[in-house]
Amino acid sequence: MVENRPFLGFLTHLVLIAGVIVVAFPVYVAIIAMTHTDVTLNSGAPLLPGAELISNLIAVWTFDPPGAPPFWLMVWNSTLMALIIMVGKIAISIISAYAIVYFRFPFRTLAFWIIFITLMLPVEVRIIPTYEVVANLGMLNSYAGLTIPLIASATATFLFRQFFMTIPDEMMEAARVDGAGPLKFFRDILLPLSRTNIAALCIILFIYGWVQYLWPLLVTTREEHFTLMMGVRQMAGAQEVDPQWNLIMTAVVLAMLPPVLIVIAMQRLFVKGLVETEK
Amino acid sequence: MASITLSAVKKTYQGQVTAIHGLDLSIADGELVVLVGPSGCGKSTLLRMIAGLETITSGEVRIGDTMVNRLEPAERDIAMVFQNYALYPHMSVRQNLEYGLKNRRTPRPEIDRRVTEAARILEIEPFLDRKPRQLSGGQRQRVAMGRAIVRQPKAFLFDEPLSNLDAKLRGQMRVEIRRLQRTLGTTSVYVTHDQLEAMTMADKLVVMNGGRIEQVGRPLEVYSRPASLFVAGFMGSPGMNLIPAPALAGIAGGLPDSVGPACGTIGIRPEDVALTAPDRPHLRLDAVLDAVELVGSESLVYAHVAGLDSEVVLRTPGIHAGEPGQTLGLHIAHADLHCFDAESGRRLAS
Ligand SMILES: Nc1ncnc2c1ncn2[C@@H]1O[C@H](COP(=O)(O)OP(=O)(O)OP(=O)(O)O)[C@@H](O)[C@H]1O
Ligand SMILES: [Mg+2]
Repeated sequence: MVENRPFLGFLTHLVLIAGVIVVAFPVYVAIIAMTHTDVTLNSGAPLLPGAELISNLIAVWTFDPPGAPPFWLMVWNSTLMALIIMVGKIAISIISAYAIVYFRFPFRTLAFWIIFITLMLPVEVRIIPTYEVVANLGMLNSYAGLTIPLIASATATFLFRQFFMTIPDEMMEAARVDGAGPLKFFRDILLPLSRTNIAALCIILFIYGWVQYLWPLLVTTREEHFTLMMGVRQMAGAQEVDPQWNLIMTAVVLAMLPPVLIVIAMQRLFVKGLVETEK
Repeated sequence: MASITLSAVKKTYQGQVTAIHGLDLSIADGELVVLVGPSGCGKSTLLRMIAGLETITSGEVRIGDTMVNRLEPAERDIAMVFQNYALYPHMSVRQNLEYGLKNRRTPRPEIDRRVTEAARILEIEPFLDRKPRQLSGGQRQRVAMGRAIVRQPKAFLFDEPLSNLDAKLRGQMRVEIRRLQRTLGTTSVYVTHDQLEAMTMADKLVVMNGGRIEQVGRPLEVYSRPASLFVAGFMGSPGMNLIPAPALAGIAGGLPDSVGPACGTIGIRPEDVALTAPDRPHLRLDAVLDAVELVGSESLVYAHVAGLDSEVVLRTPGIHAGEPGQTLGLHIAHADLHCFDAESGRRLAS
């Protein structure tokens, strides 16, 4: 398979390029659609850019599609949800990993295994009982209902646990001799050492929260709590009027942007953390 | 400054492994005590119990006049130097030195004064703003020392602090730590594997084995009058030749009167075996040379004696020119025979 035959090389490239086109074409169409008016779009999908990009980008913020809340509100909801999930998950998992690694308490191993088992039970698997609990607690249509069930996270706990176990015990002992209690040790030593792990998790968890679709669809029935991912679908599905494809596509492209931006922004910290190990 | 007293101190891990069996030791104010012993004999455990990093199963540890059994390490006012240094990697050298002082709410000018002073003594001023990873092993070791001395604690506890350094640097740091400790006059407990460190640094040497103390004494005293078979074999490199007394008597044609009937084993230091007859009363053994190790300044000669199970090692100055198979006459002065009890293995007074 590693022979260097020109025809084979040509063929493999052809397949690759075809693959890229299949994946990238819809994105391209969406981006092109951002630059046209709704009138143009309702008569067919153009393949060359138009002149309406700026006006669409301005109009989308006040865009209030039928069946969904205004675009800006959905952006706000999605951002808030993703941030709460990100911060909540990191906070809870770093604290529980700290407890599991550094403290001896009864049923410590049991606690660890229970956390471990939840790895096998993502929201999709336990969606009905979770819905039941959230509904009984009166958390439907609230940010709490949107985020709390997604916060409890075994993966991040696991990651921090693995990392903490690579820190030599002497570090903790040196801190104890230096007069640092459990909280000071956590704040002054563990947190700064975990910086790069936290950054990496921020990226993963923000995107995880941002792309949630099924759970928000289930727990929100009132428009003011709709998130972008579910809202975009509602916009396209509106019945009575012609959909405003130019604004819908602008919303779609903007919805793709935050994950891309956060990866680009955090990447430098990421690489820095990989290059200079601090252990 | 304080003395440290251990009385009937015992450590059992998880109710099963007993690492320290009821041990008594007193360390005078300003003294440097070295703990030596084979791997796993409980040196680190004992040190960590003094530090407060390990709970004390029973018995009492006192630092100065205070019973410290229930005190946290920081409250015991000790400083510890770890084998792998355990510097905080994300802090600069200066922050590493300051951390313990800040936690004790030492006033800022005092912190600065002490850090400057410690940096001067240890010659680490040029590195104060570097991170530990930008330092060499020897420099890290100095920073670890600095972190201990800025605190001006009642005692320094060292757990094999030099074992990650190369031989030359180790020799240098050994002298330096010893000098520093003398200057500061801080009571110190020093754990090591290294015979040279043990012999040269200690005011008082404690030889441990299997969680018990075998012997306590000044280094030369321990070396020249080992209290038990274990100490005889452990101290010195190589340790004493240990030969069953009856076998030796048979070969040498009788033993001097100073060797009593209770003597089960005779110990002989390698340097006490001479190849030429001394003008003191001595034993003579005929041996066959097996191998020679040339160290440069001295030679270690391994030989076997017909009728003895184990080889005899002897140390002779300079370079010994000899071929395997050559016959040798071994001469041991009567006064250099160490006698150990047949049953208990303890030294018999002589
Ligand atoms: N956390 C622990 N749990 C159970 N047993 C332990 C624990 N720590 C040490 N031990 C046991 O206690 C004994 C003494 O260990 P210690 O670390 O004090 O030895 P050491 O003399 O310092 O050895 P070394 O010279 O190799 O450092 C050993 O038999 C060891 O297996
Ligand atoms: Mg040890």
